[in-house]
Parts: sequence; C-alpha cells; structure tokens
Amino acid sequence: MSRFRYLGRKIVWLVVTLYFVVTFNFVLFHLLPGNPVRLLARSGHLTPQAVAEITKVYGLNHPPLEQYLIYLKGLLHGQLGISYTYREPVSTLLGQYLGNTVVLLAAATVLTIVLGVLAGVVAASRRGRGYDSATVTASVIGWSLPTFWTGLILAFVLGVWLHAFPIFGMETPNAVYVSQFQRIEDIGAHLFLPTLTLIIVNIAQFVLVARASVIEVMSEDFMLTATAKGLLPRRVLWRHAVRNALLPVVTASALLIGLVVAGAIEVETVFSWPGMGLLVYNSVLNRDYPVIEAAFLVFAIVVLLVNFASDLLYQALDPRVRES
Amino acid sequence: MVRPGVTTGLGGPTAPEPGSPALATEAAERELGLRRVWRSVTADTMGRAGLILFAIVVLMAVLGPLIFPFDATAVNSSELLQPPSPQHWLGTDELGRDVFREFLAAAHVSLVVGLAATAISMVLGAGIGITAGYHGRWADTGLMRITDFFLVLPQLPLVIALAAFFGQNLWIIILVIGMTGWPTTARIVRSQTLSLRERQFVTRVRSLGASNLRILRVHVLPNVMPLIFANTVLVIGGAILAEATLSFLGLGDPVQVSWGTMLHFAFQSGAIGRGAWWFFIPPGVGIVMVVLAFTLTGHSIDQAMNPRLRGSR
Repeated sequence: MSRFRYLGRKIVWLVVTLYFVVTFNFVLFHLLPGNPVRLLARSGHLTPQAVAEITKVYGLNHPPLEQYLIYLKGLLHGQLGISYTYREPVSTLLGQYLGNTVVLLAAATVLTIVLGVLAGVVAASRRGRGYDSATVTASVIGWSLPTFWTGLILAFVLGVWLHAFPIFGMETPNAVYVSQFQRIEDIGAHLFLPTLTLIIVNIAQFVLVARASVIEVMSEDFMLTATAKGLLPRRVLWRHAVRNALLPVVTASALLIGLVVAGAIEVETVFSWPGMGLLVYNSVLNRDYPVIEAAFLVFAIVVLLVNFASDLLYQALDPRVRES
Repeated sequence: MVRPGVTTGLGGPTAPEPGSPALATEAAERELGLRRVWRSVTADTMGRAGLILFAIVVLMAVLGPLIFPFDATAVNSSELLQPPSPQHWLGTDELGRDVFREFLAAAHVSLVVGLAATAISMVLGAGIGITAGYHGRWADTGLMRITDFFLVLPQLPLVIALAAFFGQNLWIIILVIGMTGWPTTARIVRSQTLSLRERQFVTRVRSLGASNLRILRVHVLPNVMPLIFANTVLVIGGAILAEATLSFLGLGDPVQVSWGTMLHFAFQSGAIGRGAWWFFIPPGVGIVMVVLAFTLTGHSIDQAMNPRLRGSR
C-alpha cells in the first residue's frame, strides 16, 4: 500500500513542478520587460502601427491573466510560437533536432556511467595507492575543464592535426552510402569526439561517488563475513560491495542530467552536431527568442522527468526509502 | 590564550561542542577552527596547489595589465592570426591584436564574475537556508519546495535564456549566474541550522530570553559560516565556468574581453581549423587554472572541516 502512496506523492509533485516550470517560463519571458515587441524593436526602427500590429499578433493587448490562459492553452496544443529565423513553428523545429540530441546524450551518458563506476570501484579497491590518487586527481582536473574548450582541443588534436575523426556535423556531406551499415558507421565516427568530450568532463562525478560509496560499504560487517566465508576478493568486491554501493550512483545519475544537458549545448556547438544544443546556439546568435524560450522549457521538462524516473528507480532498489 | 593544537588534530570536532560554557571560549574555538583549517589546507598537496594557483591568477590579473597593457583598438589587418614571435609572444588574434596582452587583460573578468556571482548565491542560499531551518514549520516547507524547484531547473539553459532576454553586460551576467546558483547552498545551510536549533547552547540562551535575531546573529550564523565558506569556494568554480560558457556561446559582454569571449572569437574565426593553437589554448588554460584553484582549495577545506568526508568529494 505504502508503495502506491509513495508513487502517488511523487506523481503529484511531478505535475505540480511541471505546472510551476510552465508558469515560471511565462512570467520570466512574457510578463517581465523582455517582451517580444521590445525585443523586435531593439533590432530596428518600428512605426507605431507596426508596434500595434505585433502587439495584436502576440496577444499582448490582453490583460496578463488572459495572456497566461492563452499561453497555457497554446502549450496544451503543442504551440510554442513561430521561430523568427526559420519561419517555422518552434515545435516542428524541436521535433527535428531533439532526436539527434537524444542519440548523442544516450551514448555519452551510458558510457560515462559505466566507465566512471568501473574506474571508481577499482580505485576504491586499491585505496591509497598510486592508481587511486591518480584517479582522484584526474577526476578533479576533469571536473575543472570547460566542456566546450575540451571539445575544441579534441577537435584540434584528433580532428585537424591527426585527421583521425571528423569534427563537423553528423554525417559526411554529400556522402553516398552503399549500405545502411556504412551510414551508421559514418554517424558513429562523427559521434566519437562529442561523446569523448562529454565523458571526459562528466566522468569525475561517477568515479568519485562510486569510489566513496564502495569505500563506505567495505567497512560494513557483511563484507567481513563475505571475506571470512573464504570468497575470492574479486567476488567480494563485485558481488557484495558494488551491488550495495550502487544506490548513490543512481542519485548521482539524476544530478548528472543537468550537467549532461549543459554539456550537450556546448559540445553540439563545437562539433556542429545538429541537435537541440546547436539549435540553441544558432538561436542565441540570431536572437531567435521563441526558440530559446522553448528550448529552456523542453530541457527543464526532460530534467524533471529524469529526476522522477530516478526517484522511482531508487525506490525500487531500496525498500527503505518507502518507509521514510 | 589560545594554545594551538588543544582540541584539534585532524579528527577533532569542527563546530563548537554543544553547550560551550562561555561565549569567549566559543569565539576562541572558532578562531582555532579557522586556523586548523588553514594549517590542514596548507599541509595538503591539493590545498597547496590550489592556493598557489590562486596566487598566480591574482598576480596575473592585477599586475599583468599594468606591465603589458592591452589596446583593444590596436587592430592590424596585416597580422591576422600570426604565430608566436619575439614581438607577439603568443601570436595575434583574428583582428591582429596581441594574444598575450589580451589574455592578461581578460584575467580579472573570471575572478570578478566568479566572486560577485557567488556572493549573490551565498547571500540568497544562506538567507533562505537559515530562515527555513530556524523558523521551521510552513516557512521551511514553503522555502524548501521553492529550493527543490530551482534545484531541478537546468542551470545552463536557464542562464542562456535569461542572458539572451535581459541583455549582455557583465552585471546582468553576474546577476543571472548568482540568482541561479543558490539552491545547493540553501539545502546545506538549512540542514546545519536545523541541527543547531536543537543544540543545548541554543535552547539555553533562548531560555535566558535572547531574541530570535540575537540567537541567529550571535549563535547560529557564526556556526554555519564555516560550512558556507567551504561551499562558497566550490561554487565559485561553477560560476566561473558558467561565465566562460555564456561568453563562448556569444552572450558575453561585448565591450569586455574575457577568456570566454576570446574563445568565442577563436571558434568563430576558424582558428581551430587553421591550427592557430596560440589563440585558443591560452584562454582555456587560464579558465582551467582559476577553476582548478578554487576546486582544489575547496576540496581541501571540505576535507579539513568534515572528517567524515575524507576520501569522498
């Protein structure tokens, strides 16, 4: 029963937060001084008639509450405004770019978590030795690297200098593929450097969390029991310690999503990967406000949903959470 | 007088023990705590490296422009993206200006934005955390709901949107980064305040008739301060990275050279494809140096103040 109560509370909290994100977005970008008319006027001279026209088109002549209701209704119908530069509905644009970002982020996130946890566990098992302190130092340095600059350096060294990997886009321009497999291979090659960049800058979180967590579990009584039973040290580590140390990693994964989203914007910019991040960058350069605003909304909702999923996962993994 | 090393030793308690007899002792212990943290940080390799890096960056930012002044208008179209030479130690940028001088002129921006934005975050975070933790009840619930809300908002997309909407100058950038960086601090400060509120010495002075404001000012704030300080040092690194990223994305202050804007123009002018490493390596190294200075020092302070954290981040 308590399981359903927990789930119910989480769903209510999710819906309330989603509603607040939407409202926050409205207040921030529609009510505060930066309204579309002023932003358009900034780019050039507008006649009073034009101002009146734009005000009408954007529904700014209505009182704030009515504007808010119009905004909510539009959102429910998937209307996010029209892009200034692409002259297309923002929702269509997002649909085109979101998939590519998901491909990049999925590859990067899975690899970051797997490699990070492995490195952290090995460091924990050799605590205090050379490998351990090297891992920790490398993690702290990796954490201090700006994502975009790491990408620039990798693009320069592995792309421009060594010609090992492509550094632009998702596929070779004008490429004719013999088979679908060849196309996937091409996309994979283009995926390599952006993914590597994201792994380098984000892996520190997992290495350090996994390491600390394993070290803590290793001091528990059941670890002594497992060793006393005569189990192989390897089995003690991977079967008994790691399994119990994974919970904090789940939490860290949820926190990572914020970093991953930020990293996507930077990495896609550097490597011109045609995803949400590149869309944001181009919109920033062109001051395409509807797209910037909608991108924030989408990113916020994605982060919310991932947090929600991680809460559920946490609950499934650790029955104690339900009680509290 | 204070004898160093009385209650210290690395495993010793950091906050004054509950129910310290007199305020004077408490203040002395606090001073001792700070001195102990300082000694522990200077004894630690990471802490020392952080402090040295910090000193180098400050020297560079303060003395650099005095010795090698940078003239942003000294555009020279015959010397675009030239490699390093005796005349230009780090070559020239996409407008033919000296990269070395530009690099030094930009150094202070990271420090100013990092410190100012973090100050805003700390005041907000500490204020909200202490209010929620000390007042409790509805204020706690309400403020923590707000904090959780801001905690899940992705910071970079929010900062990008805000900077794009509200204009590009250094103060707006500072404000935007500062206003989005407080939730973690609020959470940490709240939990510390919660535990302080129930400590004996607080209940005692309350029964003596001390007002809430006095308890907060004299007893709670000084005890939360070390925690806020450790957190501050770590938050600064994040704020510096946020400024660099914003500037790289083209949202920097157009009249102010920063390492981020240098990288923006390096990227835009195709310095990477042309192999003009002298243009895009130094600004990045600068950013890494400042961030590393604060991360290493913060990491070290954190470990000195929380013996339980030793071995984790």
